[in-house]
This record gives sequence, C-alpha cells and structure tokens, in this order.
Amino acid sequence: MSSPAPQLREYSAESARALFRNRYGIDERALSELLDVALSRGGDYADLYFEHRQTSSIAFEESKVKTAGGGITQGLGVRVLAGDSTGYAYTEDLSLDSMRQAAATAAKICDRQDKVGPIDVAGEVGPDRYRIEKPSIEIPSAEKLAIIRRADEAARAYDPSITRVNVSFVEEVKHVMVATSDGRLMADFQPMLRFNVQCLSEVGNSRQTAVDGGGGRLGMEYFVDHLPEDIARNAARMAVTQQKGVDAPAGTIPVVLGAGESGILLHEAVGHGLEADFNRKETSMYSGRVGQPVASELCTVIDDGTIDHSRGTINVDDEGNVAKKNVLIENGVLQGYLQDRISARHFGVEASGNGRRESFRHYPMPRMTNTYMLPGESTPEDIIKSVKKGLYAKAFSGGQVNISKGDFVFSVTEGYLIEDGEVTHPVKNVNIIGNGPDALSKVTMVGNDYQLSDGRWTCGKDGQSVPVGVGMPTVLVSGITVGGTQR
Amino acid sequence: MIEVTAQSSELLNIAEDVCRQARVAGADDADVLIGAGTEFSVTIRRQEVENIVEASSRALGLRAIKGGRVSVSYSSDFNADSLRQFVADALERAAISDVDEAAGLPDDGYGQVDAATLDLFDPDIEDMDGDRAIELARRCEQAGFDADSRISNSGGASYGYNTGSRVLVNSRGFAGTSRGSGCSLSVEVMADDADGKKQNDYWYTANRFFKNLETPESVGKKAAERAVRKLGARKVPTREVPVVWDPLVSRTLIGLLAHSASGELLYRRSTFLLDLEGQRVASPLLTIVDDPLLAGKLGSRGFDGEGLFSIKNELFRDGTFVQFLLDTYTARKTGRQSTHSAVRGVGGTPSVGTSNLLLLPGSSTPEEIIASVDDGLYMTELLGFGDNLTTGDFSRGAAGLWIERGQLSYPVAEINVSGNLRQMIADVEIVGNDIDYRSATVAPTLKMSKLMVSGL
Repeated sequence: MSSPAPQLREYSAESARALFRNRYGIDERALSELLDVALSRGGDYADLYFEHRQTSSIAFEESKVKTAGGGITQGLGVRVLAGDSTGYAYTEDLSLDSMRQAAATAAKICDRQDKVGPIDVAGEVGPDRYRIEKPSIEIPSAEKLAIIRRADEAARAYDPSITRVNVSFVEEVKHVMVATSDGRLMADFQPMLRFNVQCLSEVGNSRQTAVDGGGGRLGMEYFVDHLPEDIARNAARMAVTQQKGVDAPAGTIPVVLGAGESGILLHEAVGHGLEADFNRKETSMYSGRVGQPVASELCTVIDDGTIDHSRGTINVDDEGNVAKKNVLIENGVLQGYLQDRISARHFGVEASGNGRRESFRHYPMPRMTNTYMLPGESTPEDIIKSVKKGLYAKAFSGGQVNISKGDFVFSVTEGYLIEDGEVTHPVKNVNIIGNGPDALSKVTMVGNDYQLSDGRWTCGKDGQSVPVGVGMPTVLVSGITVGGTQR
Repeated sequence: MIEVTAQSSELLNIAEDVCRQARVAGADDADVLIGAGTEFSVTIRRQEVENIVEASSRALGLRAIKGGRVSVSYSSDFNADSLRQFVADALERAAISDVDEAAGLPDDGYGQVDAATLDLFDPDIEDMDGDRAIELARRCEQAGFDADSRISNSGGASYGYNTGSRVLVNSRGFAGTSRGSGCSLSVEVMADDADGKKQNDYWYTANRFFKNLETPESVGKKAAERAVRKLGARKVPTREVPVVWDPLVSRTLIGLLAHSASGELLYRRSTFLLDLEGQRVASPLLTIVDDPLLAGKLGSRGFDGEGLFSIKNELFRDGTFVQFLLDTYTARKTGRQSTHSAVRGVGGTPSVGTSNLLLLPGSSTPEEIIASVDDGLYMTELLGFGDNLTTGDFSRGAAGLWIERGQLSYPVAEINVSGNLRQMIADVEIVGNDIDYRSATVAPTLKMSKLMVSGL
C-alpha cells in the first residue's frame, strides 16, 4: 500500500515526515544517499531510524510544584546487517555530514566489494491507533496543575493519616521515521502521558507508602475516564490498608491473581521467554517448543500492539513494520514467538511487528507490546470461594525473569489472605516466585472479568526500556511459592 | 592541576555561555551540565559477531532558578540559535514551579579534588580496534566452553569501553571538568538441565583501565563454573536458616541500605532508618562508607553533582547508623549540611546518590564462612525488586547452593528470601575479606544468622 498523503494532518505520521523534511532537510534524496553510504561496503540490509522526542514533566510535592522539567532530543540510528551481524552507529546531529559519518561507521560491519544500486524509498501509510486532538504537552500548564491539585486534595482528604502526597505528570511526544534499504519509508507520531500519585500514611511510628497511576498514548482525554481523584484515593487507600498488613505466608500455596495488573505474570512467565532473539539463540527455555503444551488449556495468551491508545501500542514498530495482534499461546499450546527482522528471517516467518528500541541510540530487538490473557468462564467470586487458604494478589510493583531457567518473580504491593473462601487480612509486601510453564500449567480457573491494566508499565531488556501494557482476568494458580515470613 | 583537553575546553565555553545567557534572561542562579562521550562495544555469540556499536554523543542540562522557582531542561542540539531558544524555554518553564525555599545552588563547599590523584582516565583505552575487541570476546566465550563439556550454549560475550567528559558550570563561579573511562568484558554461558531448563550464569570484569581487567580466560571459566554448579537445582522446604550472601548479592543489600539512608527518603519520612541516626542498629561488623576519592575506582569523582568537592562519608560505623547522605536540597529540607553526595544527569535536578559504596571487609575467607554453616543457603542470585524501604520489608526471589555440614552440597532454585532490613542488618554474623572492585558498589561475602527461605 503506497499513497501520497491527502493532506497534512497535525500529530500524525504525515506530520512526522514533514518535521524531518522541513526542519532537517531529510527528504527522499537524503534518505537514498544515506542508505547508499550504509551499504557502501556491501551489507545485506540497512535501515535508518530518525527520532525527535520532546518531553515535559511536573513534580508536585508538599502541595507545591517542586520542579518543572523538559527538553528535546533528536537523532538518527543507522543499522547495517551482514548475515546475522549488526553494525550500529548513531548521531544526535542531524546535519547531512554527521549522518553520513554515522552511516559510514555502521557500514564497517561488512567488508565486501559488491555494491547495491541506488535505493529509492517510497512512503507507506500505517494504521492510526492513537489519534488525538492535541498532545497534552501543548496544553497550558494551568490545566495540568488543576488536575494535579485535584489529586493532591483528594488523597489528603481520604484519611487524616495521609501526611505526604507526591504527584507527577510526565508527557512525551515522539516523531519517528524509518527508511529501509528494501525501499520502505514509515513514519509515526507517538504521544505518551503518564500520571502518578504516591501517598504516605503515618499512624504513630508506623509509616506506609503506596503508589497508583496510569496513562497511555493520549492527551488530556485520559482524565475523562480516569479521574485524578480516583487515582489519588486508590493510592491513599492502599497506604492506609497497609497499616493493617499482617506478615505474608511463606511457602507454596494457591494464589488468586486479580484482574488487570496481574498480567505482569504473563509478561514475565511467558512474554520474555517467547521473544524470538532468545529462541533463535536457543537460550530460552521455550526454545523449540512451538506446537507443544506450555500452559493449562485454560490459557490463551496474546501480545497485541493494536489496542487503541494503550501504553504498549504502536502503529508501526521501530523497524517500520505494522504492529499486529499475535497469539502466543492458544488453549495452552505454544503458537509462536515475538519477532524482529533478524529473527523473522532466521525462522522464515513474517515479522510480527515487535521490533522495538528505546531510542535512536539503540538497535531494535523483539519486545512485547500489550500482553494479556483471554477471559474464561468463572466468576471472580467463585474463584476466591474455591480457595481454602491462599493469597489474593491485586496490585504489583514489578517483576523479573531468568529466560534460560524460566524462573520469574513479581512483587505484590496489595495482597490479602484468603481464608475459607473469603478475602480477609491485608498482607505486607511480598515476592512471588515461579517457573514459567510450571506456573501456567497450574492455572486451574480463569475469570470472565478481563481488564487491561492502566498504562504505567515499563519493560527493561538489555539496558533498553520501552513502554508496555498488560492485562488479565482473575486467575487461580493452584500452587506457587509466596515469599512471606509466616509459616 | 586539571587536565583540560581541547574537547573539555570547548564544552566549558559552551556551558559558561549558556549559564551566562540564563542569567541575562532573568535567572537568579543557574547551573549547566554537559556530558559528552564515546561508546564502543562488540558482542559475539558462538564465535560469530552479533553486533558492533560505535558512537559519540553529547547532551546539555540547565537548571534555572528564578525567585525560588526551579526548572530543569535538557537538549542535545548545540546549535547557537537552538540554545538561545532553549534558555528562553527554560526560564518560561521555571514560572510553572512554585517558590521553594530549599531550592537553589549550594552556598559554599565548592571545589574539586585534583583529578591527577583520582586516576579516572585510561589514555590507552581508545587504542582498541574492532578486530582486537572481537578477539577478546571470542577468547572469553571459548574459555567458557572449554572449562566444562556440559556448557552447551552461550548468551554471548561482549567487550566494550566508553570515555566521557563532564563539565559543570554555575552562576556562583564554579567550573569543573572531568574526564573518565571505563571498560568491561562479560560472558553468559549455559548448560542443559531437565525439563528444557537451561542453567545459565555470567561473569564480568570491569575497570577504568584496560590493563586492570581480568583475563578473558578467567572470565569465561568463572561463568562456566557458576553455570554448571546449578545443574539439577531444586526447591527446598520452607524454613528459617542461616544465609551466606555471595558478593554479587551482598552488594544489592548495601545498595538498599544506602538508598534507605538518602536525604530524599529522610525528608519524605519514607525510610525505616528515620529517627535512627547515631543509634547502634546493625551488627558491630557493619561499617559502610561512600568514598569518591579512591584512585582509579569506577565510582570515583573529583566533585559532586552540584560542584562540591568530594569527601568520604561513613553511613554505618561498627553497627551504628552514622548519617544520611544529603545533597543541598535535602540538607536544607532537614536542617542539615550537604554531605556532598549529589549526583546529576543532564535530564534532571541533582539528587542524592553514591560514588564508591563499600562494605568494609572483615577477616574471614568465603570458604571459612561457608564452613561455619551447618545447614543453610549460599545465595548467589537475587531476582526481582520486592523491597519496601519505608518499612524495611524485604522479599525477593533467589537461587544458590545449599550448605550441609559446612560444604556446598546441592543447587537450589525457585525460592524466596524474606525478612526485614532492620533485623537483617542486626543478624550479620560474619563479614568476609573478599573485596572485588568490579562495580561502584562493592561488598564482600557475608553471613546472616537467619532469613526466611520459602520454597516447597
């Protein structure tokens, strides 16, 4: 599909291309020349990743704006592939001289005499999954301050023990453009908003902190469905609840994972291990297991870059491929991996739209977008009722996985004991550890209450951070190791 | 004497100019940080080149203060017109902030320690060419395969170096420059275990000076030894036992303690160390210092993120919690003096951080420590971030080897370790003599008398 832009719309792929063309003179001719330099020593493939990123942040503390921050970075990353080897170079200076130099540096990965002919790139049009009226970064700060103050007041009003409230409002607009030596040119405009509230509850000498927040690829529209008061009250509620936290149990017990945030289990237990680079290298414990059962039949797990406005959504990935909805596990059976260009070629499959990178300073690799489990038949009430003694895990601060062993952890920040089918006492923060296929084979009930977690997750891999989304229905894992202190 | 290279002096001119422009535009005070550097790295896997990355970059950060209102701004565009606009935007941004009495530049304490005594830069490090780097990484990985026939795969081996200059200038007349280098060699190898699991581990060496790195052969061999000893790892029953912390994990513990001792958590009343200054809270074996003045070490620096001269700070002495680490802001918020512990990146305000954070060694060897345990865990890995510094509650995933009658007996995995930091630091029973400066945060092997291990 290739067509000229009908008319230039603001905050769109077209505006991204226009920005690089008009401000930095990067037109089709410049792209063609840079690709030519990148392949001047005979590489198999080259791509150019242009990025212009503007951020703004407000840090609010003690009911005052403490610091306003912001800035702009721009740059080009040049990648040249020779077989499975990557040459990578980047520059922040978008003058033609500096860009040529970066291309020549990346070209050094190869040392052959064969030279490709001239490369012309043609613009393609991707989907438009986060169309917004205006990025919040262009909205006067007074409107954002009003939102922040509403959150601050709501948190303080929630309970007299709330003594400190920190609110942060972080915005980003990113224009990206990818040109490839197979003649493709893709661009995207990527907005991001992130709102966060942290509360301290003090009762005598007992202090508890809790955090809530969210966001997505949205502007101020985010606050229509997510009232700042609700986010603030939830953070305050968790801090206050923690005051009554009892020691969490220690040992292998049934755990009910609440809808939404528990998707972090999928991200760690399944998602990373299915990134195709690890499987190409056979360093993942999921290597060579496509077509085999790796989870209970109740589990269907999807990585989906196409959910409108979600934090993990991308119109096109950072290699210029359109994002897709990819089924990773269907009824417990492993279906395939998350691919980037290198691994897709290795496996002889189509790129799955998962080639992502943190910035122009980084080369792309297979990464998740929004990872979730499809809902099942059970009601959340029945799931909890089925547990005699266990843990109900509702909110989380993060997780980690060892790809090769498959052992993964996630940290519960809001959890409760389940006693005789009833949710009873809140427990202190606790870590849960499991092994990917083992934990997923013990999923014995899946709820009908699927939720996408609010957009606050960032995934780290090999030193690169990218925004992601997670989602989950309520799920029962019949046995998993909870790291409390109470026998 | 400060060595000012041509590049540093150019960066210094730019920083001074931006600082001056900020003052002209109405800032009462301003400071400007420029970081510029080069990076080079090679990764090979199964002896083939995976990637080579080579680049130079630079960025600039401006903190502007006007009428007690603060903004921080960053840019990587050094074009003169762009910088003028950048300064104007920074001042406009400051107007969004409220007046903060504690904000602003330090009043005194400026200065820098003679860079020559700190030995931060290896002039030979950039001599490395791509072919030599590939060869180093190949030797390292090969040594891993050669060390044990059960090593069946590799996650790759990398050699990389970076060099960088930092310039910090402020409107009170401070102008500091420093130049540093660092390099590292690492490898991850694995062996096949039951159920499709692969037992992997890694090893690395890192230093400011190439000549001080461990040999590629030694790095590869250690990675292989660490991986194969995990073969057949199993879960263990849930119970409280003595735990020996390998240096790779004991440094995580002292990192958490230093974070708990930061001025930010102090004024936010969000640390379990609140109200404990001057009190004996830990084992008398625990002495933790933050020392930026060690020659040639990765965390060494001549001045802090606000231009204050570097000093060594004690956090814990013989089990007594001595003091919080403070920058100017957190010192003012809590009515104290800065401990010259500011760190600063171009994108943000100064904050509290550590330089070379050390748990001072004791006299026991790691072998003696293991031999002292009748039945317990030798912990080599921690997984996750399940810590709550407000309460001190600690809960993380772990792996390691089980100790039986003073001997490493069998590998264990998929377990949690849990406790409360306040109790955990009191329970430190032995501190080892093995200090290895492979990172800026360093701790020897240590033994804790008890910790809850949850498994089966």
